[in-house]
Amino acid sequence: MADLAAPTPHWSDRIRPKSLRGLLGTLLLFLGAWVMVFPFIWMISSSLKPTDEVYDSDFTIIPKTFKGWENYYAVIFEQPYLIFLMNSLIVCIGILVIQLLTAIPAAYALAKLKFKGSTILFGTVIAAITIPINVTSIPLYIGLVKVGLLDTYFAMMFPFIVSVFAIFLFRQFFRGFPDSIIQAARVDGFSEIEIILRLILPSAVPAMAAFSVFSFVAHWNDLYWPLIVVQSQDKMTATLSMMQYQSAFDTDYGRTYASATVVTAPMVIAFLFARRLFIRGITMTGVKG
Amino acid sequence: MTSSTLQCAQTRLAYWLVLPATVLILAIYIIPILFVFAASLTDYTLVSDYYEFVGIENYRKMFEDEAFANALGNTFFYALLFLPGAFIISLVLAIAIQEQKQFRSLLEVLYFLPVTSTLAAMALVWAALMDSGQGVINGTLETFGIPGVNWFGNENVVLYSLAIISLWSIIGFNMVLFLAGLTAIPQNLYEAAAMDGADHPIDKFFRVTWPMLGPTAMFVAVTSSITAFKLFDTVAILTQGGPDRASEVFLYLAFLEGFEYFNMGYSAALSLFFLVIIFIFALIQALFTDRNVHY
Repeated sequence: MADLAAPTPHWSDRIRPKSLRGLLGTLLLFLGAWVMVFPFIWMISSSLKPTDEVYDSDFTIIPKTFKGWENYYAVIFEQPYLIFLMNSLIVCIGILVIQLLTAIPAAYALAKLKFKGSTILFGTVIAAITIPINVTSIPLYIGLVKVGLLDTYFAMMFPFIVSVFAIFLFRQFFRGFPDSIIQAARVDGFSEIEIILRLILPSAVPAMAAFSVFSFVAHWNDLYWPLIVVQSQDKMTATLSMMQYQSAFDTDYGRTYASATVVTAPMVIAFLFARRLFIRGITMTGVKG
Repeated sequence: MTSSTLQCAQTRLAYWLVLPATVLILAIYIIPILFVFAASLTDYTLVSDYYEFVGIENYRKMFEDEAFANALGNTFFYALLFLPGAFIISLVLAIAIQEQKQFRSLLEVLYFLPVTSTLAAMALVWAALMDSGQGVINGTLETFGIPGVNWFGNENVVLYSLAIISLWSIIGFNMVLFLAGLTAIPQNLYEAAAMDGADHPIDKFFRVTWPMLGPTAMFVAVTSSITAFKLFDTVAILTQGGPDRASEVFLYLAFLEGFEYFNMGYSAALSLFFLVIIFIFALIQALFTDRNVHY
C-alpha cells in the first residue's frame, strides 16, 4: 500500500477551517492508538517489577523497584524458554522451507506448462484453501498416533508443509511472467529447471518475502495444533507455553509477564523492522489467524 | 528436438513438478476430509479400536445436544458483539488515518501492532488488565465512579470481554484492508461529487466512498465472520469455556469432544458442520465479489 503520490490540498480544506477539526481528529487517533498499545506497555512495565507491584492499585509505568534483570534472567536461563523459542523457530523455518519447495514447482507447472489433470489439480487447490486445520485435525491426529509420531517436530509441521494458498499465490504471480521471455530462454537452450531457477525465482522474490512473513507469523502464533500434538516440555513451542499460566504455574507475576514479553517480542520486533512487508504479508489472505 | 518431443518432455517435467504437492494435498486434505466424513457415520473413539457404523446418529445427536445448541448460541452472540465493531471501527479509523498527512504511517504501525503480536501471550496481559479485583480497567472505571465489572467470572459478561480482546487484535488488520480499498478510489470522483454539491464529509462518504468501497467492505465482512467463527485461543487460555459454559464457543466444543473426551465420531460430525459454515461464507464472498464490483 503505497501512500498516495502527491498530497494535493484536499478540497474540503478550502471551505472549512482545517486546524480545529484536523487537530481533534489527530488527537482522537492518538488516544485510540494509546489504547491499542497500552497492553504492550503494561506487559513490559510489569515484566520489570517485583510480583507484589504488578497488581498494585496505583499503577506506574516506571517500576518503583526494578526487578527486570532478575525476571528476565529467570525466564531465559532458569525456565526452559530458550528451548521453547528454539522449538518455535525450528517448526516455523521447517514449515516455511518445505512450503516453498513444494509450492513453487507446482505453481510453475500450473501456470506455464500444459499437462493433463492440471484443471483438476488447480480446482482442488482452490477448494482446499477454504479447509481450515480445525476440520482435518482429527484424522491427522489419529494418523500421527497410529504411526507413533505424536510429540515430534514432524507432527508439529506435517499439516502445514503443503500450502495450497502458496500454490495459488505463486501460480497467479507466475502467470504474469511474459511467455516470450520463457520461449526465448528455451530457444537459447535453457532447460526448464534453469528457467525456474534463473528467471522465475528471482522475479518471485517479493511474493516469496510476503508469503514467508505470512507463514512465519501464522505458525509462530498458532496455539491450536501444538496444543493437540505436543505432550512434553521439550517440544513445547513458545506460544503453547502460555497455556501453562492458565493454572497457577508461576506465582511470580513479574516473571510471568517477562515470559509473555519474551514470547511476543520476536514477531513484534521483526514487524517494527519490516513494517511494509509485514502489513502486506499478514493481510495477504484477508483472514486473520 | 522436434516440437512434439519437446512438448512430451515438458509434460513429463510438469508431472514431476506437481508430484510432491499433489501427494501432500492428498495426504493432508483429501484423505482426511474423506476420513472425517466416514468417521462422522461411526461411533469411533480413540480409546477403543472397536467401532460401529451408526448412520446419521451423530448428526441427530448434534441437533438434540444441549452443548451444541449452547456453543452455537454463544458463537452467534459473540459474533453479534464482535462484527459491528470489527467493521465500523476499522472503517472509521481507515478514513480518519487516510486524511492524516504527517502521522499516517506512525498511526498505521501503532494500530497494526496487536495483529502481529502473539494472542496467546497478550491474552494473559488482558486477563490482568481485566482482573476484577486489581485490574487497571476496573481501577480506571472506579475513579470515574463506575462500579467495576467481573469480566471473566460473570456468565453474562464473559462474551463481551472476549469480544473486546478480539476487537483489539483485529481492528488494525481490517483497517489496513479498508485503507487499501480507500487508496484505490480515484481522487477525481471526490472532485466531481464536490462540484455536484456533495461537499460535506457525510455526503462525500455516502455518494463516493461507500459505493466505491463495496467489494472491500464485502470482503472484510465475510473474512471477519470467518474469524469470529474461529474464536479459540483466548477461550482456551482465559476461560476454558467457563463460567458455567457461558463462553464455550463452537470450535472449543469441537476441540473438547475430539481431544479431551476422544469422541472422534461425534467430533467429526461437528467438524463437518464447521466446514459447511466456512463454505457458505466462501460462497457468499465468491458470489458477491463478482457481482458487486463498481469499478
